[in-house]
Amino acid sequence: MKIHEHQGKGILKKYGVAVPRGEVAETADQAEAASQHLFGAGASAVVVKAQIHAGGRGKGGGVKVAKSVKEAGEIAAKMLGMKLVTHQTGAEGRIVRRLLIEETLPIEKELYLGVVIDRTEARPVFMASAAGGMEIEQVAAENPAAILKEYIDPGLGLEAFQARKLAFALGLKPQQINSAVQFMTSLYKAFAETDCSLLEINPFVSCTDGRLFALDAKINFDDNALFRHPDIRELRDISEEDPLEVEASKYNLNYIKLDGNVGCMVNGAGLAMATMDIIKYAGGMPANFLDVGGGANAEQVTHAFEILLSDKNVKAVLINIFGGILRVDTLAKGVVEAASKTHIQLPVVLRLEGTNVEAGREILKQSGLNFIVANTMKDAAEKVVAAARAS
Amino acid sequence: MSILVDKSTRVIVQGLTGREGTFHAKACAEYGTRIVGGVTPGKGGTTHEGWPIFNSMQEAVDKTGADASVIFVPPPYAADAIMEAADAEVELIVCITEGIPTLDMVRAWEFLQNRRSRLIGPNCPGIISPGHCKIGIMPGRIHREGPVGIVSRSGTLTYEAVYQLTTRGVGQSTAIGIGGDPIIGTNFVDAIDLFNRDPMTEAVVMIGEIGGNAEETAAEYVKTHMRKPVVGFIAGQTAPPGRRMGHAGAIISGGKGTAAEKIKAMEAAGIHIARSPADIGETVIAALGVTARA
Repeated sequence: MKIHEHQGKGILKKYGVAVPRGEVAETADQAEAASQHLFGAGASAVVVKAQIHAGGRGKGGGVKVAKSVKEAGEIAAKMLGMKLVTHQTGAEGRIVRRLLIEETLPIEKELYLGVVIDRTEARPVFMASAAGGMEIEQVAAENPAAILKEYIDPGLGLEAFQARKLAFALGLKPQQINSAVQFMTSLYKAFAETDCSLLEINPFVSCTDGRLFALDAKINFDDNALFRHPDIRELRDISEEDPLEVEASKYNLNYIKLDGNVGCMVNGAGLAMATMDIIKYAGGMPANFLDVGGGANAEQVTHAFEILLSDKNVKAVLINIFGGILRVDTLAKGVVEAASKTHIQLPVVLRLEGTNVEAGREILKQSGLNFIVANTMKDAAEKVVAAARAS
Repeated sequence: MSILVDKSTRVIVQGLTGREGTFHAKACAEYGTRIVGGVTPGKGGTTHEGWPIFNSMQEAVDKTGADASVIFVPPPYAADAIMEAADAEVELIVCITEGIPTLDMVRAWEFLQNRRSRLIGPNCPGIISPGHCKIGIMPGRIHREGPVGIVSRSGTLTYEAVYQLTTRGVGQSTAIGIGGDPIIGTNFVDAIDLFNRDPMTEAVVMIGEIGGNAEETAAEYVKTHMRKPVVGFIAGQTAPPGRRMGHAGAIISGGKGTAAEKIKAMEAAGIHIARSPADIGETVIAALGVTARA
């Protein structure tokens, strides 16, 4: 799960990570009031930052500096409601609904800090780089040696000596080292205690007066751990997500909307991806990824069907089920229920195999509904692509 | 023959009394697997479907002589179940559970170091040696005993590959689902190495998917050590970057972990690539033909 910058900074602040003073604004008036407070507290300028779940906001015009309260209000008025397009949003962009108004800082150096799980080492890795402000993927590709890494023992956490090593390697001044260590250990604590999957401070800034700040904060959480963080779950902003994906998530369905016209419903992520691939090989384009999961019940299958059909691009549907945990008869019941309920007019190609497959096929046959039955994946893909072209 | 499991393997089901645990324990037993009991804390001393239930793994191992466990425990408690099984020193732990928090798995993985248990999974279908032993949720009837070893990050896609082989008259020595999570106990290299040493395995199918670099690492191993033909398929050739495709581990991040990169590394290692998932069976048959002539 992704959250906004201002929410991330709110969490970091609780863990003792230094963030610039700032306030959230949803109207130009609120932005002016926030600027008033910041100027009143001694800020020489404020920065108005669009809050969307995507990077590259600066280049897209979503981060602007204001020298006065009036200017902050003007910038805010323009930014709120604008469609912000960055390299991460795609051409459709995102509507800006919220702003973060922050004090500006006397920045001397822009650095990078990040924590992720290293899959090969099976432990968290704390990364630091002097190349702050750039995308870390670009640094990794062009100059991997510029990224310093400390692997973390999950039982111990980030030790002070590890943080010190990184701090010195970043070129921080001797009098900054202690606060850098405190900053980094707090950051790791936040990562571990809130079950992050990614925590990036880019840039991590060193000011001319020696202070250190998280100028930006990007936090992703492990969806599998949200059950133990009800407070974090509350931070989800569904206006940043595709409405069909939001609907699917209510029923624990893994749905990702794509651009094609062949809707697919598959059990298992690998088979679902392979089904998308084979649709393309058959000359079609998948309209979505949809994994109904291992333990799906008839109700979930019904919802899955409804979600597929509410994508108006879909011209034909392919259901490819290889039953293991999900029994084929359960799936068949759901499909029949959904097909009768939604009065489906589109061609539906079914390819079923696995646990209780005979019972499943019988249910389909008894239903009297007009499904196209396929025997193999290739057969199914060819039939559904042909059906999509014809309809 | 097979790797890791056989007819003598004695299995405890952790979470036997749950719905999925019960359903699949029965299916495994019907297949011929020696299920010797279950663990559900608090229900020790009772029986379930004729099997004795124990409060702890240690007690279960002491009383039944089990050397393997299969886990159907819900995600919040599954990492703990893995550690409990490892502490009881069973040789093989198969964790079916999907949705375990990554940081829980980091701890469990750490706990497994320098202990004698091998973990398969989590978030996997399990392991089957056709005709001998099935520890997992795969439909047993689609399998057939034979010379092909299968290792895969996906569940249902493994069934698809098995089905293509079986319907072409080619059996399997063992099929292992290693799981779709970012942190897993047994990886491609571990499984391929076991197949390399298994005299009955003549060829190996590896089924990967987008995300991480486990396929690239496996390709390196194949290039330098593998004496048997390897067939590969990578799911997610049409997957968009930056999106998690169902499996927690299936994501192209920062332009890394694409199907194209993996296929390139695998081809460079001499792995026979099935581009379409429908071609896995035929590619294996062609690869086996190559060995027969050699």
